[in-house]
Amino acid sequence: MLSHSSAEKVKSGDWWSGVKAGIPIAIGYMPIALTFGLLARTTGLTFAEAAAMSLFVYAGASQFMALQMIAGGTGPLEIILATFIVNIRHFLMTASIGERMKEPSRLKRALIAYGITDETFSVASLNRECVGTSYMGGLIVMAYGTWNVFTWIGYAAGASLPGVLQKSMGIALYAMFIGLVVPSLKKERKALAIFLMSAGLSTLLSFFLSAGWAIVWSTLIAAVAVEILFLRKKSEVDKKQAGGGYGR
Amino acid sequence: MDGKWLWMILGMGAVTYIPRMLPLVAMKAEGIPPFLQGILKNVPYAVLGALIFPAIFVIHTGDLRHITTGDFLFGLIGGAVAFITAYLGWNIIFVVLSSIAILTLSSALF
Repeated sequence: MLSHSSAEKVKSGDWWSGVKAGIPIAIGYMPIALTFGLLARTTGLTFAEAAAMSLFVYAGASQFMALQMIAGGTGPLEIILATFIVNIRHFLMTASIGERMKEPSRLKRALIAYGITDETFSVASLNRECVGTSYMGGLIVMAYGTWNVFTWIGYAAGASLPGVLQKSMGIALYAMFIGLVVPSLKKERKALAIFLMSAGLSTLLSFFLSAGWAIVWSTLIAAVAVEILFLRKKSEVDKKQAGGGYGR
Repeated sequence: MDGKWLWMILGMGAVTYIPRMLPLVAMKAEGIPPFLQGILKNVPYAVLGALIFPAIFVIHTGDLRHITTGDFLFGLIGGAVAFITAYLGWNIIFVVLSSIAILTLSSALF
C-alpha cells in the first residue's frame, strides 16, 4: 500500500513537471492561437469550424495555411493534401521520441502521438533523457489546452493582444527553441555539428522548397551525415588506440 | 455550418495524425539497429536547427524571399537575447520572457 501511494506520487510529480515544462509553450501559443481565432472569423469560418480545426487538426502552420487557401478559393482536397505535406515532418519527430519512450501500451502511445507538435517534441526531447507517459500527459494538456482555449477567445473577442506585445511575442517559440537547445550545444560537439548543418541546409533549401519540405530534408541529411562522420572518426580513434596497444 | 468544411477539417486531422501516430505505435525501441538509433538520437538537434533557421528572420513576413530589414533585426535581437540568457544557464521561462521584454522595449523606443 505504501509503495503504491509513493509510486502514485512519483507519477503525479512527473505530470506536474510536464505541465511546468509546458509553460513556455503556452506563452508562445497564446498570441498565435488568438490570431488564428481572429483570422478564422474574418475568413468567414463559423465558431464551431474554427474550434474544430484547433481541436482535430492541432497544427499551427497548417491551420493558418488552410485559412489562406480557403480565402483564396482552394478546394478541400487540395487543402488536405497540402496539410499532409506540411506535417510529414512529424514522422521524423515521433520516430525519434518512440526510440526513447518507455511506455509499452500501444493505446497510450497512440494517445500521446495526438499531442506531438514541433514544440512538445522539442521540449520532451531536450528536457528529459527518457520520456514517461505522465510527463508527456502534463506537457500535452498544457500545450493543447492553451491552443484550444485561446482559439476560442481569439474568435469570440475578435481581437488579439495590444499591437506591440502581440508583435514581440512572436519571438516566444523561437526563444524557447534556442533556450532548449543551447545547453546541449555547449556540452556536445556532435549536437553542435548536427544543429549547424541542419540550420544551414534549411536556410539554403528554403529558397527552393516549401518550409515543410525544407525541414524534412535538412533534418534527414544532417542527422544521417553527422552520424556517419562521427562513426568514422570514432573507428579511426579506435584503430589508433588498438594500434598503440598492440603495435610492434 | 457548411458540411463541406467540417469534412475537410476531419480530413486535415487524419492526415496530421497519421505521421504523428505511425512511428510511435509501430516501433519498438529494442528492435532498432544501433546505426538507426544513433540517427534518431540526432533528430532533435537537426529539427531544432531547421525550425529556428531561417524562420526566426521572417517571423512576420513568413517568406525568406521577401525578407525585410525590420523582420531580420527583430529575429536577430530576439534570438541574440535568447542565446545569451540560455548560454548563461537561465531558466527557459526567463529566456523566453527576457526575449519578449527586450523586443517590446526596443519597439517602444524606436
